[in-house]
Amino acid sequence: MPSTLYDKLWNSHVVAQEEGGISLLYIDRAMLHEVSSPQAFAALREKGLKVRNTGAFLAVADHSIPTRHRDRPIADPQARAQVELLARNAHDFGIDMIGLDDPRQGIVHVTGPEQGFTLPGLTLVCGDSHTATHGAFGTLAFGIGSGECESVLATQVLRLTKAKTLRVTVHGDLPPGVGAKDIILAVVGKLGSNGAIGHAIEYTGHAIRALSMEGRMTLCNMSIEAGSRTGLVAPDEVTFAWLKGRPLAPQGADWDDAVAYWRTLPSDAGAVFDREIEIDATKLVPQVSWGTSPDQVADVTGRVPDPAGAGDAEMAAKMAKALSYMGLTPGMAVRDIVIGHVFIGSCTNGRIEDLRIAARILKDRRVAVGVQALVVPGSKAVKSQAEAEGLDAIFRAAGFDWREPGCSLCVAMNDDRLPPDARCASTSNRNFEGRQGQGARTHLMGPAMAAASAIAGHIADPRDYLGEA
Amino acid sequence: MQPFTTLTAIVAPLEEADIDTDIIYPARFLTITEKKGLGRYAFHDRRYDGQGREVAGFVLNRDPWRHAGILVAGPNFGCGSSREQAPWAILDLGIRCIIAPSFGEIFRGNCYRNGMLPVTVGEADHAALLSDAGAGASLDVDLNARTITRPDGSTIAIPIEDGKRDALLNGWDEVMGILNLYAGTIDRYEQDRRARLPWLNR
Repeated sequence: MPSTLYDKLWNSHVVAQEEGGISLLYIDRAMLHEVSSPQAFAALREKGLKVRNTGAFLAVADHSIPTRHRDRPIADPQARAQVELLARNAHDFGIDMIGLDDPRQGIVHVTGPEQGFTLPGLTLVCGDSHTATHGAFGTLAFGIGSGECESVLATQVLRLTKAKTLRVTVHGDLPPGVGAKDIILAVVGKLGSNGAIGHAIEYTGHAIRALSMEGRMTLCNMSIEAGSRTGLVAPDEVTFAWLKGRPLAPQGADWDDAVAYWRTLPSDAGAVFDREIEIDATKLVPQVSWGTSPDQVADVTGRVPDPAGAGDAEMAAKMAKALSYMGLTPGMAVRDIVIGHVFIGSCTNGRIEDLRIAARILKDRRVAVGVQALVVPGSKAVKSQAEAEGLDAIFRAAGFDWREPGCSLCVAMNDDRLPPDARCASTSNRNFEGRQGQGARTHLMGPAMAAASAIAGHIADPRDYLGEA
Repeated sequence: MQPFTTLTAIVAPLEEADIDTDIIYPARFLTITEKKGLGRYAFHDRRYDGQGREVAGFVLNRDPWRHAGILVAGPNFGCGSSREQAPWAILDLGIRCIIAPSFGEIFRGNCYRNGMLPVTVGEADHAALLSDAGAGASLDVDLNARTITRPDGSTIAIPIEDGKRDALLNGWDEVMGILNLYAGTIDRYEQDRRARLPWLNR
């Protein structure tokens, strides 16, 4: 019987099958960060347990670290203690720890792939809901809680129920000025914030195959915003070319063996999915969120919707609540929304291609008066690459702050935090109430639109700034 | 883990859709590395205003729901971030059972590991339970019988896998359970996997 990519990944990792549909799933690799791991290590200590397979883990601090003054100790004592605790736990339990001064440092979902820690055909988990990012490589990757981190550390397995499958096919070529972020925002808008609960998504179709690995990571990253823990893209030549030569990728004859195995992973012709949705890439325009849930998206050329036009009372209530928090009026043009802050970065859009497209728009231009703009590369490798290409100079000349890598304004756990009522054009993944600071308002978009909006001082269509491609 | 067998408690209504884990536990409190005592941060920015005063209108600040042990929530409760601080904080408030039309999956999984029972219900049952909650009623939750009994005596079924139910009823520790039952099986799986994919661990 033809199998899907998800079936193959799942079935090859089942250690044991229990009654009632629960599987013991083997976890090849896990990334650890400072927020979700301390309680897991504390539990190991309490129970006198060891880490079963130390080589399966890679630890790096990203959430609570500052993006300025990294030559000094972390000013916030609680954040400093948290980061030190991660280092101590990694040391005591024999796990590779990437410190803040390590050139590999970055956001877990940027660093893991860069190092070749993320590989097709593996299972990979992290105490972070955006772990589906790694699914871009054909890796069965999903976010877990701290308790599950403890399980993986001690046993290398998780008790899980197999998901249903959902294929998202994106046909045709993306128009100029439209990118991976626009696809995923449109997908989340179409599925709804809970539309993919219990499903593993596989993204396929011409537009997906044409995406770079950076674009595929952006895409898979936000699967959780539609309720799915897992988003996948089948590995192909783009994947192999990107991974070859990475520090932790197989080398020499091992590489050939690995690629031969990876070629068996894509969904078989005729494989049946539980659900399907299709999107016409040729009709996509740049997408932007207007509300407080990532499924509340609009075309940049469109208008803020009216709850009166909602399908049902529940949806109308959700929309009205979001409009009130966001301080927006139904029917106003999206491009009339004035912004005061811009954030380019995060595990969604903190990679080199994201910085390149933003810099292309910002070259020889200035951010609008009164706009505070911040670019936070996703990793030190991204930062170095951008500096080698002179992108930092473009950002600085345009009036952006050029920072050190971390999660920063995507989660606002460090001192990068917006004041109440501040409105931000953001390349991050969540527009939840208070996500970028108590009372702050977030509009999700791709890096091109964020750059364009920085220049305009209001939400702007990047296509107006890209010129002839 | 504290076993979950039966629970009779006041049920609070929080019917808003998409209550995410940032609302349940704001990120700025995530630098705390403890898992106990987090109840004071639960729903913090809904419960307290900028000056730290209670917001009178928020349901968990009102009687009788201040003493609720059960929550009837809206669709997609606990969506968003995987932070287990969200269920830890709710548990510390004294709420051990959450009923909703759907849950964020990671949140739902986290509940089971903390002796908390997430119950997914259909539209009609959800409406009935919201009305009970609005009236300040109590519910009887019986995990053994897999039922929730409403004030009028009618019952609603609790859908739950046998394995998860057994673990909750007995308060089993997930990690020790796996090690006791499967240590050898995992060893054999690992050896086999390494033999099949030798490039994996070099």
